[in-house]
Amino acid sequence: MTRLRLLDHIILLVGVLFMVTPVVLAFITSTHDAVTIYRSGLQFTLGDNFLSTYRTVLTEAGGFTKQVDGFVMLKNSLILGLGFSIGKIVISMLAAYAIVYFRFPAASFCFWVIFSTLLLPLEVRILPSYEIVQSLGLVNTYTGLIVPLIASATGTFFFRQFFKSVPEELLEAARIDGAGAWKFFIDILVPLSKTMIAAIFIIMFVYGWNQYLWPTLITSDETFFTLVRGIKQILQVWIGAQIPDYNEAMALAVLAMLPPVIVVVIFQSWFIKGLVESDK
Amino acid sequence: MAIITLDKVRKVYAGGVEAVKGVSIDIADGEFIVLVGPSGCGKSTLLRMVAGLEEISDGEIRIGERVVNRVEPADRDIAMVFQNYALYPHMSVYDNLAYGLRNRGTAKSEIDARVKEAARILEIGDFLDRKPRQLSGGQRQRVAMGRAIVRKPAAFLFDEPLSNLDAKLRVQMRIEIKRLQEALGTTSVYVTHDQLEAMTLAHRLVVLNHGRIEQIGTPLEVYEKPASTFVAGFIGSPAMNIIPVKSKEGRLHLESGEGLDAPDGFGAEKALLGVRPEDLKVDFEGGSSDDALSLSMKVIAVEPVGAESYVHGRMSGVADDVVVRVPAKAEYAAGVSLSLKAPRDRLHIFDAANGQRLNG
Repeated sequence: MTRLRLLDHIILLVGVLFMVTPVVLAFITSTHDAVTIYRSGLQFTLGDNFLSTYRTVLTEAGGFTKQVDGFVMLKNSLILGLGFSIGKIVISMLAAYAIVYFRFPAASFCFWVIFSTLLLPLEVRILPSYEIVQSLGLVNTYTGLIVPLIASATGTFFFRQFFKSVPEELLEAARIDGAGAWKFFIDILVPLSKTMIAAIFIIMFVYGWNQYLWPTLITSDETFFTLVRGIKQILQVWIGAQIPDYNEAMALAVLAMLPPVIVVVIFQSWFIKGLVESDK
Repeated sequence: MAIITLDKVRKVYAGGVEAVKGVSIDIADGEFIVLVGPSGCGKSTLLRMVAGLEEISDGEIRIGERVVNRVEPADRDIAMVFQNYALYPHMSVYDNLAYGLRNRGTAKSEIDARVKEAARILEIGDFLDRKPRQLSGGQRQRVAMGRAIVRKPAAFLFDEPLSNLDAKLRVQMRIEIKRLQEALGTTSVYVTHDQLEAMTLAHRLVVLNHGRIEQIGTPLEVYEKPASTFVAGFIGSPAMNIIPVKSKEGRLHLESGEGLDAPDGFGAEKALLGVRPEDLKVDFEGGSSDDALSLSMKVIAVEPVGAESYVHGRMSGVADDVVVRVPAKAEYAAGVSLSLKAPRDRLHIFDAANGQRLNG
């Protein structure tokens, strides 16, 4: 029995190492200077450039136009991540609410049309989407960055399934209690969906945070750059005898990982708490 | 407080299924009406039409003097208690009670007073801060009733409110609902499939079957003089024994040859004789008498239920088991032939063709 348990732990440890090692290496390497990294590759011991590297990355304006520093990119990424996830939740909740609670012609047809868009990833519609955003003059705006991405078939589907599991009597009790369509949604349905919202928020925030293709297309102004784009930017400086600032790229990658990790850690506990306690 | 009038109410679903087929009931102010019937008889649909949760296909429902066919549930001045309580799970008990009042724009102090009053009546004052999931079934039931009474509505509607409770609690809550309704004097309509609940709670029973009223009457009226074989079989447990008889020259004849006078004007060939298990007496002396009908059956099983026992037996010419209620200690071996007596004034006679009652 003890041996079996030991084996279990070894397997788990191997798994953990497999996941964590690249991140740890990136962090350790980021504490060295660029020349060391360029000369001898990934580092396995802590260097002494931690403070200066991270200060440079966060506060020193870089890029082609020298207008954007780490904090700006962090802000942009947060705006994209939050706008993306919150927008998706709002839109898909409202869509699911309409589909589940209102009888309108071809309701289930509408649902299946929305659902079938699951089969079409962003990349398929990226040119027409760009064309529309461009013709609306929304290139290089947060609106253009976020709005075209917030329709969510996945979210609509999840919320639809969840709303369908809410007992009919709650709606009827609320109707007798004088709650109209809007009040029922805000007072009853949204609070009941809390755990569902947390779950979808986790998924969507990380998904939005890691968006690369769409931000690349829609923002040419560096002040709109997200962290994920910034990493790429640092590595694209092969001019003359310059070498890329590998340390800064590593530092930026570590920084870019932090907010999604924080979101997952915070909401995961909520999520599990909700799952355990919930009764409808 | 209000009278409720249902006038030839019909419910036809989109598929063409007619769930309620023209039901008229006059419910007096302060009356406790119980709609009872097997599942699918339309009782819940009828209640939900009064509540405004189902559209009325035809006919008219009036609460007080007002026709409410097109009035929203919230504006009908009714409160409803659901089978699964339908408490708002994310709100405290206090908020559950207050929600309806807040939506009506009642003043805060008034809400507080009414919630406290309801909590006092229902003895749920200690749980006001709790969430429904922290309450037991019986406590949730009280909260659901509290939500109804804080509104001080013209009528209470109950949709099988005790079905989710265990047997002991059900009896206790049944008494409390009765007590509460008497204390508040609010007109109440209560739906159940449990005939015992129906009998004990109702001022008047409405027995429904296939969307039609079979009988309206006080519990004892319905028990003593069931209007049809359906009512006879549904109200009372164990159910009334139904024995087919042949009619000949103004007399009804059992297969054994025993007979009784047919009701005046009855001309059909077949009739059904109904006799309740407690009206059948084991006849130790034998022989016939004028005031009682003699029957005999072969015992197949005895069911002791504690205070009494039910003897099941076969009677020639009767498809179902015949049940006789006997004192608890009586013992009868299977296969024994048993002579029975049924007082003539306790017999029910029904038309075999349509099941309608024939004697007064």
